[in-house]
Amino acid sequence: MTLDYAELCRRTRERDRSLREKVMSLGEAAALVPDGAAVGIGGSTLSRTPMAMIWALIRARRKDLFCARSITSSEGELLFASETSRHILTSWFSQGIVWGVSRIMRLYTEAGRARFEEWSHLAVGLRFRAGAMGVPFLPMRSMMGSDVAGRLPEVRLIDCPFTGEKLVLVPALNPDVALIHVQRCDAYGNAQIDGLPFMDVDLAMAANRVILTTERIVSNDQIRRAPDHTKIPFMAVDAVVEVPFGSAPHECYGLYEPLFRHLDAYAAQIRQDPEGGIRAYLDRYFYGPKSWTEYLDLLGLDELLDARRRGTSIHDN
Amino acid sequence: MTISTSSYTASELLAVMSARLLRDGQVVFAGVGIPLLAATLAQRLHAPGLTILFEGGVIGAFIEPGKLPPSTNEQRCTRRANMVLSSTDVLLLLQRGYVDIGFMGGAQIDQFGNLNSSFIGDLSGAIGRPATRLPGTGGGNDIASLTQMIVAMKHEKRRFVNRVDFVTSPGFLCGAESRREAGLIAGGMYRVVTDLGLFGFDERSKRMQLQALHPGVTVGQVQESTGFELVVAPDLPVTDPPTAGELAALRHLDPDRLYTA
Repeated sequence: MTLDYAELCRRTRERDRSLREKVMSLGEAAALVPDGAAVGIGGSTLSRTPMAMIWALIRARRKDLFCARSITSSEGELLFASETSRHILTSWFSQGIVWGVSRIMRLYTEAGRARFEEWSHLAVGLRFRAGAMGVPFLPMRSMMGSDVAGRLPEVRLIDCPFTGEKLVLVPALNPDVALIHVQRCDAYGNAQIDGLPFMDVDLAMAANRVILTTERIVSNDQIRRAPDHTKIPFMAVDAVVEVPFGSAPHECYGLYEPLFRHLDAYAAQIRQDPEGGIRAYLDRYFYGPKSWTEYLDLLGLDELLDARRRGTSIHDN
Repeated sequence: MTISTSSYTASELLAVMSARLLRDGQVVFAGVGIPLLAATLAQRLHAPGLTILFEGGVIGAFIEPGKLPPSTNEQRCTRRANMVLSSTDVLLLLQRGYVDIGFMGGAQIDQFGNLNSSFIGDLSGAIGRPATRLPGTGGGNDIASLTQMIVAMKHEKRRFVNRVDFVTSPGFLCGAESRREAGLIAGGMYRVVTDLGLFGFDERSKRMQLQALHPGVTVGQVQESTGFELVVAPDLPVTDPPTAGELAALRHLDPDRLYTA
């Protein structure tokens, strides 16, 4: 995943980086992600998860994606169970602390059916940052002495050439494609992110292709009125898909909180029967619906409106 | 509503006892669960100027009572914060030395304060696969590598082991100077808070040392629940039990007992 610099530059030069409209459907965007691709996933845990794009890739029966995300929640369980991915690089993998250790993550990793490649949270961040900077690695001061580093052949321990101190080097991660969900962007892909940015800006700049899903497409004039809010520039973006509630049942800052009742029911269904439970969930919510709208319909207006009320309540005080 | 001071859960005891260790004006990097709750409790009791950092990318949050987040990455973690920033950049505040205390829970700890949240079981076997895969480090390894640590966890023999199955987040590694020799120049274990007592670490050997007992707990009881030989401080005070005020504030923060069941 650490590319030769000339190859990294070549891939960037080959992209159409002009100011052009790139709005498309979920299905068209999914076609930009081939089997076996290295995919960086934006957001973290239950926040700004690019769920609609993951939904589209699972429905398109993509295989063997290598996925990397800061922290992995239920979307990782669904990627494993649908066999879309058998290898996820992340720092933490379970739905969320209140639901306990992921039954699906355990089921797949303990039997060797899939791999959870564990790096420290900062290491994941610096790998994306090195990728964004166009350098092959960055130094850091954690992971030393731990068994986390011991399991990772790509980690190097060096003596600093300036101070003689021990440092860990982590290699750049330049995914083939990044999936990032944002509150708004224009048709060119100028993306504005509210609230927690996680690692999304580094991820976008590290990736060789970026698919943005957005709650709303706004005019380029609106972007230009507040360019200080733009976090990802159009030239890094290859596809723009408008998907309202595109992170549901996870949250999107300032717009909707997680759909807790849905997530509780999902966790309970898996607790009862991990393999059968998640299979039934995939059938009902991922393979079954004809469209994203129909998926939202299944989540239910009640839950969506409740999540919306809780999400927008942060603007009240 | 009357609040009984004689009955509280082990988690409530953990939250109150660890909140008392935090000082006004400190910068604390808190994990989800008891650490987040205890840090927020400290803000509402004796440390209104405590700055809480979350790995989701938050500086200076004040969590709203009854609205506890399912991780430290949701919008609930940003309430009344001074700043939101990328997860990478908030973690880099640890490396740059801005954080006084890292505060985490743990699944398994050993006599040198090494924490395991990755694997339970033997990884060295023929198949090289563990009995149980746990969720992993998250920012735990970074926090424990880069700052002084408070760990809050339930005291059980299977959790307090001689040697952790896997070092996810480093304590003093093999004791004495081994942490520094591994390249970890800053930080280290400061306190471990359990439902039985308070622990520090011997200055030279870096072994866990019992420093105070909670009311009604004996040294024998602690040793019974510990998988290694305890070092006991010469002077062993008994902690003050949680007050009605502390418990009321705690239950106001977590009325649904999301973290304190």
